[in-house]
Amino acid sequence: MEKMTRVSTVSGHTMFCHLDAPANAISVCRDATQVVVAGRNIFKIYGLEEDGFTERLNLRVGRKPSLNFSCADVMWHQMEENLLATAATNGAVVTWNLARSCRNKQEQLFTEHKRTVNKVCFHPTEVYMLLSGSQDGFMKCFDLRKKESVSTFSGQSESVRDVQFSIKDYFTFAASFENGNVQLWDIRRPDRYERMFTAHTGPVFCCDWHPEDRGWLATGGRDKMVKVWDMSTNRVKEIYCVQTIASVARVKWRPERRYHLATCSMMVDHNIYVWDVRRPFIPFATFEEHKDVTTGIVWRHQHDPYYLLSGSKDSTLYQHMFKDASRPVDRANPEGLCFGLFGDLAFAAKESLMSGPSSAGDVGRKTYPGGDRRYPIFFFKKPDVREQFAQVSSALSVFESEAGSSVGMDWFINTAQSYLLSGKPFAELCEHNAQVAKRLNRPQESTTWTMLRIMFSEPANPSLSSNHNLNKSGNLPLVNSFSMKEMSAALNERNKENRQDNLHSLETNLNNNDENEETEGSEGQAEYLFGDAELDDDDLYSMEHDNHAAEEPEYLLPQEAFPLRHEIMDHPSAPEPVQERPESPHVSGSETENTCLTSTESFSLISVSQLLFSPHLPPKFFCPIVKEMLCFYAEQGDVQMAVSVLIVLGDRIRKEIDELTQEHWYMSYIDLLQRFELWNVSNEVIKLSTCGPIMCLNQTSTTLHINCSNCKRPMSNKGWICDRCHQCASVCAVCHHVVKGLFVWCQGCSHGGHLEHVMEWLKQSKHCPAGCGHLCEYT
Amino acid sequence: MIICTKKMDYRFGTQCQFIQNQVMVNSEKERASLLCMKALANRGRLDTVSQQMASHPQYLESFLRTQHYILYMDGPLPQPYRHYIAIMAAARHHCRYLVSLHSAQFLRVGGDPLWLQGLEAAPPRLQHLDHINKVLAHQPWLTARSHIQALLKTGEQCWSLAELVQAVVLLAHCHSLCSFVFGSGSDSDSTPTPRVHHGTPPGYCLCDAANGNTAFSPPPAGPTEKAPRRRSLDSSCEVACLLEQIKKSQEEIKERKGDRLHSQTLLHADVEKEDEAVFSADPSRFVSDPEFGYQEFARREEDHFQVFRVQDYSWEDHGFSLVNRLYSDIGHLLDERFRSVASLPFPHSPDLKRAIWNYIHCIYGIRYDDYDYGEVNRLLERGLKLYIKAVACFPDARKTPLCPLSWAPVKASDKVHVNLLVMEARLQAELLYALRAITQYMIA
Repeated sequence: MEKMTRVSTVSGHTMFCHLDAPANAISVCRDATQVVVAGRNIFKIYGLEEDGFTERLNLRVGRKPSLNFSCADVMWHQMEENLLATAATNGAVVTWNLARSCRNKQEQLFTEHKRTVNKVCFHPTEVYMLLSGSQDGFMKCFDLRKKESVSTFSGQSESVRDVQFSIKDYFTFAASFENGNVQLWDIRRPDRYERMFTAHTGPVFCCDWHPEDRGWLATGGRDKMVKVWDMSTNRVKEIYCVQTIASVARVKWRPERRYHLATCSMMVDHNIYVWDVRRPFIPFATFEEHKDVTTGIVWRHQHDPYYLLSGSKDSTLYQHMFKDASRPVDRANPEGLCFGLFGDLAFAAKESLMSGPSSAGDVGRKTYPGGDRRYPIFFFKKPDVREQFAQVSSALSVFESEAGSSVGMDWFINTAQSYLLSGKPFAELCEHNAQVAKRLNRPQESTTWTMLRIMFSEPANPSLSSNHNLNKSGNLPLVNSFSMKEMSAALNERNKENRQDNLHSLETNLNNNDENEETEGSEGQAEYLFGDAELDDDDLYSMEHDNHAAEEPEYLLPQEAFPLRHEIMDHPSAPEPVQERPESPHVSGSETENTCLTSTESFSLISVSQLLFSPHLPPKFFCPIVKEMLCFYAEQGDVQMAVSVLIVLGDRIRKEIDELTQEHWYMSYIDLLQRFELWNVSNEVIKLSTCGPIMCLNQTSTTLHINCSNCKRPMSNKGWICDRCHQCASVCAVCHHVVKGLFVWCQGCSHGGHLEHVMEWLKQSKHCPAGCGHLCEYT
Repeated sequence: MIICTKKMDYRFGTQCQFIQNQVMVNSEKERASLLCMKALANRGRLDTVSQQMASHPQYLESFLRTQHYILYMDGPLPQPYRHYIAIMAAARHHCRYLVSLHSAQFLRVGGDPLWLQGLEAAPPRLQHLDHINKVLAHQPWLTARSHIQALLKTGEQCWSLAELVQAVVLLAHCHSLCSFVFGSGSDSDSTPTPRVHHGTPPGYCLCDAANGNTAFSPPPAGPTEKAPRRRSLDSSCEVACLLEQIKKSQEEIKERKGDRLHSQTLLHADVEKEDEAVFSADPSRFVSDPEFGYQEFARREEDHFQVFRVQDYSWEDHGFSLVNRLYSDIGHLLDERFRSVASLPFPHSPDLKRAIWNYIHCIYGIRYDDYDYGEVNRLLERGLKLYIKAVACFPDARKTPLCPLSWAPVKASDKVHVNLLVMEARLQAELLYALRAITQYMIA
C-alpha cells in the first residue's frame, strides 16, 4: 500500500534540460523529486517537476574550485536525504550535507586514496557507512562519524572500477576490477576477499546487484558484454549474457521487472538500452536522445519502472518515459537465412509465411518443429505472459544439400579416376564417360557425353536410321541405357539435325552411292541391323557398337575387342595401333572399314578423320555449340569436364578454341588434380594435352646434375667422361668398364655400375661390389 | 679524430655491456634469444632496436608482435603505403635509420621507387597525411577535429576512417620509435658520417652518456665530476625550482641548437657530396615545413589549448574501444604493450616510474588529476629530466647531440628501460590526441 502511494507521486513526461558542462554521473534522492548531476565542471541539484527540470542548488562554489569538485561519481544517500558523497578525480572522497546553512555544503574530505576514485557507494541501510573504490587498487570503508577510513580492502590487483553494496546481504559488497575480475568481500573482513572470479576479458566497468534476487549480480565490461551471475551457489555461475555493440559503462536493473536491465556505453554508442536478459539479441527498448556518450543512468524511483534519468557528455540531463522508448523489436526482421559449412541452407521466417502450401521445390527440406530439444532454449520458448516481448514464432527450415553432389569434392576425384580419356574408340570413350557421370549422379555431364558421341561419332548410322523412319527401333537401345528424361535433350538435338539432314538426304544418298561403298552397305543393311539390335537389348554399349555387332556379330566383335583391351593395359605403346590399324580395313570387309578407322582416329589423336566424316553430317556444324558448351563448363568451374571433352574430342574441336584458353583450362585442371594428389591422372592429362606449354610440364625438372667422382666438379656434356680431369667418371664397380647407359648407384655409398651387373651382384652378395663394406640393397 | 675513436670505444663498450647483461640474466636470455631468432628469421636481420630491447624480453615480445601486425598483417592500407607512412613519420625526426630501413622494405613489398624521391612524388593521398604527421610528431595537442574532417572529406583522394586509424597508429608508432632509436643511439648505425660531430663544439663528447657503465656516480656528484664539459649547461644550477631550470636549459638548448644549425648549414656544403652517396637515406625529402618543431606546451596554455585531462579521455576507457573498433585487434596489442612496459620490474621505486610517465605526458600537455606534479621535481634529477625531454621531443641527431645529456644510469638496461618508457608514453600521448580528435569528429 505504501508502495502504491509512493509511486503515484511520480509523474511527468520525457523532458530534458541543458547543463553547463558534461556530466560524469547522476544520482537521485529517495523520494524521486531531486537529482544531482556531477562532472568535472558541474555539481548541481535539479528538481524534477511536472513540466521540466528546475535548478535547485549549485554545490560548486568558490571562484576557482579545487579539483575536489571534479567528480567522477556521485551518490545520494537513500536513507538520509541531506547526505551526498562524491568521488573526485584527484583521489578525494567528499561528503556533502545539504542541511548546512552556509553556501559550501562540503562536510567531510577524505584524501586517503592516491589515485582517482572511480566509485562511491553508501550502505543501503546503514546511515554512516560509505565505501569507495579507487584507481590505486584499494577500497576503503568510511564511518562518516570519524575522520578517517575504518578499513581498507586491497584487491591485490589493478584499479577498482566499481563497488556495490549488496542490497539484501548486510555485510557483503562486490568490487569489479580493471583486469576483468570481480571480488566479493565481507565488510568485517578486510584481510581477504570471500570469492573472486573472472567475469570479463578486459576491464569490468560496472556491476549492479539485483534489487530482489539475492544472488544475482550484473556486470558490464569493455568486452561489450553484460553478464548476469548467480552467486547463490557454491560456484559462481553465469546465467545470462547479453552482447552489446560497445563497451558497457553502466548497468542498472530495472525496478519491478525481474529480467530487465538498462545499459549505456562509454564510447561511440550514445544510446541507452533496456534489455530483457532472456532475449539477449535485441534490446527490449532503446532511448536515442543523447548526442554524445551517456555517462550516468538511474531509475527515477526504486519501485517505478517507467522513468529513467540520464546524464551525458553532451551536457544534457534527460528524463525518459518508458512509453516513449523505441522498440527495436518492432523494426526487426524476423526472417533469417544462413549457409552451413556443408552447403546446407537454413531459413527461418514467421510461421504465418511458412505455413503456405509447400511447393514443388521443397525437395530436401526439413522443418524443425517447435520445441525441438536439440536447439537452444531461446529458440523456441513458451510464451511468457510477464515477458512483455512481442511474440514472434518463426519456423526454421533447413535445406540440406544432397550428399555427393555439391558436398565436398568426392565427385571430382571419382570422375577424374574413372574417366577414360584415350585408348578406346571415340564413341566408347564417350559412352564410358557418360556412364561414369551418370553413376556419380551428374545427369547433365552424362547427357553431354552422350550428345558428343552422337554428334561426332561414326556419322552414318544414327542419322540414316532416322532417315529411314526407324526411329522407334533405332532408339530402343538408347532408351535402355539412358533414362528417358536424360535422353530427351539429346534426342531433340538429334531430331533437329535430322530435320536439317532430311534436306540433304537425297544428296546424301547420292553421295553414298557415289563414293562410299561401305556407307551404302550399312545403309542397305539398316533394316536388318535394327532388327538385330533388339536382340541385343541388354548390351549397354554404344550405338556404334550395336551397329557393329549387328553388322558382323559372329567374327568382327572379337577381332575388335581384343586389341582394344590390350590398348588400355599397355597404353605407352599407343602409337602402334596406328600402324596396325590401317591394315585391318584391307583385311576385313568393306563394311567394317568405317568403324575401324573411327576407332583408330580416336586414340591416335592424330587427325586422319576429315575424310571419314560422312559429308551429309558435317561435324563442324556442331563445333560452335560444343565450344560454347565447353566454355560454359569452364565458367561454371567444372574445368574437369572442359578438359576431358577437349582431350577426347581431340582435333575435332581443338582448332575452335584458342590456345590460351585451352592452356588455361589445362593448367587449372592439372592444378586441381595435383591438389587432390591424383598424380597419375594429372600426368595422363599432361601427356594427352596438345598445348606446347602443358606438354612441357612433363619435361621440367628432369635433369640430373652429376659431379665427377674424381675431381668433384660438375660434369658438363657427357655423363661418363669428365672434361676437366679427363678421367672416366662412371665406371662400373663390377666390370670396371665405363657405363654408357643406365647407371645405378647406391645412395648409401655412391658406388654403382651397369644396372644388370649390380642387380646380379646384389643377388649374390649383400656388400657393395666396390668393396667399401657398405651393405647395399637393391629394391 | 679523437672524438671518433672515442665514439668507437663507446659503441664497442655498450655492445660488450649488452652481451654481459644478457649472460647475466640467464633465464630471460633464452627467451630473448628465442625472440631474436624469430625476428631474425622473419626479416633476415636483427635490427639494433630489437637488440636493445632484448634486455626486456617480455616487452620485446609484445613490441615485435604489434609492429608485425601493423606493418604486415590484416589492415586496410596496402603494404607499400604502410612503409611509406613509416618513412614519413621517421623523416619528421630525421631518423636515418628508420627511413632507410623502411625505404628498403618499401621497395621489397613492391612500392614505386619513384615515391622515394620525395614527398612530392608520392600520391596526393599520402601528401594529405603530411599535416597530421607534422602535428602529431611535434605538437600533438594541435590535432583537431578539422584535421580528421579534412582527411576524410577531400573527394577523390579521401581516406576512409579505418585507413586513417591505421595510418595514425603507424605514425604514432614510428614517431615514438624514433625516440627510442635516438635514445639508444642506434641511429648512428646507418650514418657512416654522423654530422653531429662536425657540428658539435669540441668540448662535447658522445661517450658521456655511456660513461655511467663504468662507474656509478651519485646524481649530485655527477655534474661536478664532469663539470668541465658541461659548464655552460650547469651554470644555471642554482635556481631552486627545477621546472624553471628545465625551461631555461630548454631555452639554452634551443639557443645552442640555433648556433648549431647555423654551423651545420655551413658544414652542410662540405658533406653534401658524401650525402649524394647515401641519397636514398636522406630523410629531409619526405618532410615539408622542416622548421616546425616541439614548442613548450605550458607556454601555450593561456591561449586556447586546454590541458588534456586523462580522467576525461583515457586509453583504458576510451582510446582502446575506439581504436579496436576501427582497426580490429590493434587495441589488444597496444594494450599489451602499455601493460608490459608498466609491469617491467623497475629497480627503483614505482613512484619514479610513474613520475617519468606523467612527466612525459605533461610535456605533451596531458595531465592527471590525481597526480601531484611536485613529485616529478622531487624524484627526477635534472639530468634525467633533460634526457627525457630531449629523447621525447627532440629525437633528432642533427639538432640534439646525446652528449650534453648528463644522465648517467647505473645499468645499461635502466637506460633502455627509460627509453622504453619514453617511447610508450609518447605513443600513448599521440594516440590519445589523435583518437580524441576522431571521437570528436564522429560525434559531430
